[in-house]
Order: sequence, then structure tokens, then C-alpha cells
Amino acid sequence: MNKIFALAGVVIKELYRRKDFYVLFVLTALLTLAAAAMNFFHDDKIVRYVKDICLLLIWVSALLVAIVTTARQIPAEREARTIFPLLAKPVSRGQVIAGKFLGCWLATGVALFVFYFFFAIITGSREQIWPLMVYLQALWMQWAMLAVVIAMVLLGSIYFAAPSSTITICFIVVAGILGLGTHLHTVALQQPEPMQTVLTLVYYLMPHLEWYDLRDFVVYDMGLVSWPAFVLATLYAAVWTGIFLLLAWFGFRRKNLTT
Amino acid sequence: MSAILQTQKLRVEYRSRELRQPVKVALQGLDLEVRAGEVFGFLGPNGAGKTTTMNVLLGFIPPTSGTASLFGIDVRQPIARQRIGYLPELTYYYKFLTAEELLRFYAKIFGLPRAEADSRIEKLLKLVELEAAAKRPIKSYSKGMQQRIGIAQSLINNPDLLILDEPTSGLDPLGRMKVREIIQRLKNEGKTVFFSSHELGEVETICDRVAIVHQGELKAVGTVAEISTGHENLEKAFLRIVGFQSATTP
Repeated sequence: MNKIFALAGVVIKELYRRKDFYVLFVLTALLTLAAAAMNFFHDDKIVRYVKDICLLLIWVSALLVAIVTTARQIPAEREARTIFPLLAKPVSRGQVIAGKFLGCWLATGVALFVFYFFFAIITGSREQIWPLMVYLQALWMQWAMLAVVIAMVLLGSIYFAAPSSTITICFIVVAGILGLGTHLHTVALQQPEPMQTVLTLVYYLMPHLEWYDLRDFVVYDMGLVSWPAFVLATLYAAVWTGIFLLLAWFGFRRKNLTT
Repeated sequence: MSAILQTQKLRVEYRSRELRQPVKVALQGLDLEVRAGEVFGFLGPNGAGKTTTMNVLLGFIPPTSGTASLFGIDVRQPIARQRIGYLPELTYYYKFLTAEELLRFYAKIFGLPRAEADSRIEKLLKLVELEAAAKRPIKSYSKGMQQRIGIAQSLINNPDLLILDEPTSGLDPLGRMKVREIIQRLKNEGKTVFFSSHELGEVETICDRVAIVHQGELKAVGTVAEISTGHENLEKAFLRIVGFQSATTP
């Protein structure tokens, strides 16, 4: 396990020594502050808009950090050939995959925590209420969803030639699931056969990332998600993460790194 | 003396992804044995199979057939690399890390306890004369400094076997001398060194035994004196073994 943590440590160091996260955070902060400073249409519920904008920015920024950071991990190791001195040590390819995943996930978690902390300060200062458990549930769910995304991107980075391809394809897939996931089954039922069966199968076989979007709970003060549902969702994310990591390890184990 | 690096009937084939391309045989039946405590030179012209052999020994590629082992353990097991150090031909390190962080990272990979890691890092930075630059990112290092951090990382676990891929390639005379000194020092400490090189003069000076490979086959193995018998020096013997005909030879 120490080897996995050592590998994860390098990923985290790389992230905080690059400028990506800082740029995203400053942009999110500036946009949220600008939105918070304005009073659209003299609406009393203006804080809801601010929350909505801020959470949307957090979702986009966290996805950017997760996907971009993960997609370049293995290709960068191969391109810079740092993978060779690393694999010449007593470390297995499975440990490399696990370390990269853990590093990206922890790094994204740190970024997410900073984003949510900022969000809580901004909204709390306007509303004078601090629903910390709601924020923590939203943060955890988003982080669990990002675990699935990171594992999926890691898998993509093993098979696709360039990080740019992995980033583009993963963004499309994730955006597709988040945007259409809930409606896919309804759409499927309106289709003729065999499209109906195909879409239904896709609906049941894809990871439902949209379940982890608790923005409405936060924005409309809908309270907490039930704890059994929360635990089940966490387990569901863990299973999908495991599947993607297993496939990534299988691909990486067979990968010829010398060509 | 016991063999700590061994290959038996090692064969490696590279299959092209393109159709109708012939299979390229990089190694064919290589039998090699490196004994504990010796400095072993691995020679051959470009494309002879030296790098492929090293890639198999380090577990980067699997052999098509045959076996390779380090300390009696199959090279496909990561634990086989617990007691080795590896210095690649060119420097491939995380440039955003400092020298100290890089060494600490590799120390963790080897599972060294914190106190031991601290003491080894200090000793190695002193050995490669990088104490003053230890807290600077590697990206700010000159080529010579990067090669020196490479040497330090290869020694972090106090290895019993050191595998060096053309360790003096691209170094200035001072750098070469430093590497030779380190190899000599390791030999005096009873360590085993296995290295590939094109610098035959250097090999002649420091190697106990050498092997010459050509077109994936082992052509000769023995002490420098044995291989050079009947020739002016190792270079002449090498050229003859690999079948080089000088255009100026009458």
C-alpha cells in the first residue's frame, strides 16, 4: 500500500505545481463573486441564482481538473519515459494504476473541498445559514462520481493514442450521461424496436453519474438525501470504479511500453 | 560464485501491427550468466539486442520464450527488482520534483524506513555532488546534473546488482571518470555491475568479463584477456567477432 501512496503523492505534487487548478479556482471565484455582488431584478431569492451558478462552475471545474489531470498521467509517463526507471523498481503495473487513480482522486478531492469551502463562505455570508451536512453530502456524492470518471479516464488513457483524444471522448461521454442519463429510459420507450431494446440496454449498462448531482438539494433547500440511498450510491460508484480500474489494469498489463 | 543474473534460451520476437510484415527476431536463444561480485560488460553493435535483453531483465517486455531471472527469481515478478538499481541511458525523471523529493519517492517505492531513507539520500546527494541543488526542481538541472541524479536514484536501495544502460553516453570526460569511479567503488564493495557500452576502452579497463552479442545471438563471452587473445586489443577482437571488414584493410 505504501507504494501506491508514494505514487499518489507524486500525482498530487504535480497537480499543485501546475497552474490548472489555480486558474480554475480563480475563475470560479471571480464569476461567483461577480454574481453574488449583483442583484438581478431586485429578487429576494437572488442567493439561489448565485448558488446555482457557483455549483455549476464547481461541477465544470472539478470535471476539468479530474479529466485533464488523469488523461495525461500514463501517456506523460510514457512520453517522458519516466515509466522505465519506475517499473525497474519493485512495483507492479497494477500498483501504478492504483497509485495514479488514488493520486488523481485525492487531488480532485482537495480541489473540490476548496471549491465547496468557498461556496459555503459566499452563500453563508448572504443567507446567514450554514447547512453543513447538505454541503458535505453534495461534496461526497460529487467526489464519488468523480472516482468513476477518473477510473474511466484512466482506462481511456491506456487505449487511446493521445491525451487530447481521451479528454475529448471522456468529456462527451460524461456530459452525455449527465445530460441525458435520466431521460434515456423514457426516450427508449418511445422508440420502435430494435432501438428500444438497444437504448434500454444502454440505460441499464451505463454508470449513472447523474444520480450524484445533488445541486437541486442544495439550491432549493430540499434537505438531506436519505442515508440508505447515500450509502447505496457510494457502493454503486465503488463498483463502477473497480470495474474501470480492473479493465485499465488488464490493458496496461499487456501494453508494450517500449514502442 | 553463484549466478545472480541468468537468461536461458531467451528469445524475443517483435510482431509488426501491419499485415504481411515479417516477425523481427531481436534475441534468439540467449544464454547469459552474471556472477556475484563481477563487473560484466554487455557489448554489441546498434540493434544487436542489448536493449531488448535489458528490457526483458527489467520486466518491461515479456520474453517470447526462454527464461530470465535475477537472484533466482523470474524477472516477471516485481520482487525480482527489489535488490537491483537501474540507470537508463538518458535521464527520465519527474522534472517537477526536486532531487531530494525524487530520491524520497524511490525510497518509498523500495519500502525503506524513514531514517534509513534520510541517511541514504544525504549520502547519495553527497556522492553525486548535488547537495547544493537538492531542493531545486530537476527541470532546472544541466544534463550532467541530471545524469548524476540518475546515478543517485539507481543506488537508493543499496543494490546488490546494478544494471547500467550506456552509463557514460553523452557525458563529458569528467562525468565519465566519475561514473567509472562509482563502478569501481561498487565493485570494491562486492556489488555486481551489468552494463552495456560502446566505449570499449572503458570496458577493457573496468570489466571482469564481457559478452558480445550480434544479431540477437551471443557471439562470445569471457574475460577481456580471453576475448582479446590473438588480437591487438578488445576493439579489434570485437570488430572481428561482429564481422566488420575495414575498407582500408589490405
